[in-house]
Amino acid sequence: MHTLSAYIEGVGLLGPGLTDWPTSQAILSGQRPYQPHKTVLPSPALLPAAERRRSCAIVKLTLATGLEAIAAAGLDAASLPSVFSASGGDGENCHIICEMLASDDRQISPTRFHNSVHNVAAGYWSIATGAMTTSSVLSAFDASFGAGLLEALTQVVVDDTRTVLLACDTPYPEPLYGARPIPDAFGIALALAPQRGAQALAHITVSLTDASADRLDDTALEDLRIAIPAARGLPLLRGIALRQDRHVVLDYLDSTRLAVAIALC
Amino acid sequence: MDPLWLSHFTATSSIGRGLDQTLAALRQRRAGLAPCAFDTVDLATFIGEVAGVDAVQLPAHLGDFDCRSNRLALLGLTQDGFAEAVRAAIARYGAQRIGLFLGTSTSGILQTELAYRRRDPVTGALPADFIYRTTHNTFSVADFARHYFGLTGPAVVVSSACSSSAKVFGSARRMMAAGLIDAAVVGGVDSLCLTTLYGFNSLGLVSEQACRPFDAQRNGISIGEAAAFALLERTPKHLDADAVLLLGIGESSDAYHMSSPHPDGLGARMAMQDALKMAGLNSSEIDYIHLHGTATQSNDLAESKAIQYVFGSDAPCSSTKGATGHTLGAAGGVGAVICALGLQHGLLPAGLNTRQLDPTLGLDYLLDNREQPVARVLSNSFGFGGTNCSLVFARADQTHAHAQRIH
Repeated sequence: MHTLSAYIEGVGLLGPGLTDWPTSQAILSGQRPYQPHKTVLPSPALLPAAERRRSCAIVKLTLATGLEAIAAAGLDAASLPSVFSASGGDGENCHIICEMLASDDRQISPTRFHNSVHNVAAGYWSIATGAMTTSSVLSAFDASFGAGLLEALTQVVVDDTRTVLLACDTPYPEPLYGARPIPDAFGIALALAPQRGAQALAHITVSLTDASADRLDDTALEDLRIAIPAARGLPLLRGIALRQDRHVVLDYLDSTRLAVAIALC
Repeated sequence: MDPLWLSHFTATSSIGRGLDQTLAALRQRRAGLAPCAFDTVDLATFIGEVAGVDAVQLPAHLGDFDCRSNRLALLGLTQDGFAEAVRAAIARYGAQRIGLFLGTSTSGILQTELAYRRRDPVTGALPADFIYRTTHNTFSVADFARHYFGLTGPAVVVSSACSSSAKVFGSARRMMAAGLIDAAVVGGVDSLCLTTLYGFNSLGLVSEQACRPFDAQRNGISIGEAAAFALLERTPKHLDADAVLLLGIGESSDAYHMSSPHPDGLGARMAMQDALKMAGLNSSEIDYIHLHGTATQSNDLAESKAIQYVFGSDAPCSSTKGATGHTLGAAGGVGAVICALGLQHGLLPAGLNTRQLDPTLGLDYLLDNREQPVARVLSNSFGFGGTNCSLVFARADQTHAHAQRIH
């Protein structure tokens, strides 16, 4: 059985009723009730003014979660490779382009177009942080969190480097919402390292498994996990929040899931 | 890195279905670009359309995946015995030990563009026959290939615009080195759609004629479509002399602008240097550079600056986008296959449509084919968001490892 291991040095979290990692730990561990409310996306202060104006929801979401994880890890984002994983690009932007292309006026704006690429968040991220490092930009539909985690772990293990995983999804408006009902913006970021550093929170060992994915006890949190691809990573965060060594199974593809052994540091 | 063997590969683009047609087109300097008559597009431009995509029928049990992107994927997968090679690899390694890494920028978005023309006039709903997951979603092309082959191992789409299907080689290398898989199906598929045609037009980056990379009068891209695939395996002890190996991969980001390259090609320079370093090669050991060469003013200028910095002015190079058009998320895969053909058949393909080389770019840009032994080549792929990827390929009989085995 092949396993991939890394240390988690920082966590970023933003979603409905989950405003950041420090305050969300009590919710995930069951010490405080989960009260969903619409995700509030902060303005991306790190971007130059022109890019800030042009940025869309998935950019704001990714920057907020990624920077939270990296700050917690005490790292410099410019030095880190990155893995961006999302089911789709920015939902609102995609809808507006499709609407225009079906109309009599197909002249979409340059900003609309460059914001339509799946790697829009990765592009703005590198502009904001100055990172000229490699970034992998992935999609695996509902398996996107697992695909991103595997890619990030192979960077850590094979290239012996720290990296940051940014798994983020944004909702489509109608009518695409009806076809892909992602209810709200949600993102998880993890700063990962090959060696144990001063900020290490946990050591994870990941392997492929046939076992079923763990469910969350709280019904509303479980609904969130099912509804948003990036939220499939929540059982891992819950495991860390519970502050005890444990095994969790994360959802991945229909043919295989990810077994994660969590050892707290 | 340990060299990886491209045990099988294939490409389908506007210049041909499969390797024989592609090689013949390159040798005959035949372009696949024609005035745009795609769908209802009313732009004065040339496109590289693959003939017969609409006639491709997906297997009945995969009918939910039916869209132009997946039809093009299937057309590509069934050339050159590639699908049979994948099935043989499954028999050898097991379906869970083969990774799937496909690059695309637009996947099946055309299906959604068409569905938006058929919204319910009262509710605005999309038509009932529209299936998001298996057509529009970025992953759908890999999901289709997964189901087509019955692969059960790790699978992902890399979607970093026009570097996507070069970057897949990097993801596959890491997962193979990590021991999670024994082989990888890599490649890229991008099909024509309105988003890219009107999008690039909005940026003023679409030429009204067949694109002219590195020409003094170049004025934009011609958009194409393509499907290109390779089966990556660990290098066995004994290989044919003309077997093609992947020796190095360099990946970087510009950190500069969403739709313009770094003006000095800094990110491109880093990607090429890192690819050479991973391959353990000096720039003088590269016989040919397959340029990204999109034929926009800024892209060709930035790439030429980066190449001059790393290689000087004497390295033979060309862009094949004058033949295929810019196949966007499939461009890296098409470039890899053209490089593999060049290595096996001793061909440095000329760039097409270029009448007067831009003298300020200062490269040995090939306007005529060269037939000569080719040992090692580098292929560039760059994209929106400032994403860069360079790949180094070599003939098996021209790698250091081979030399060590012989002596």
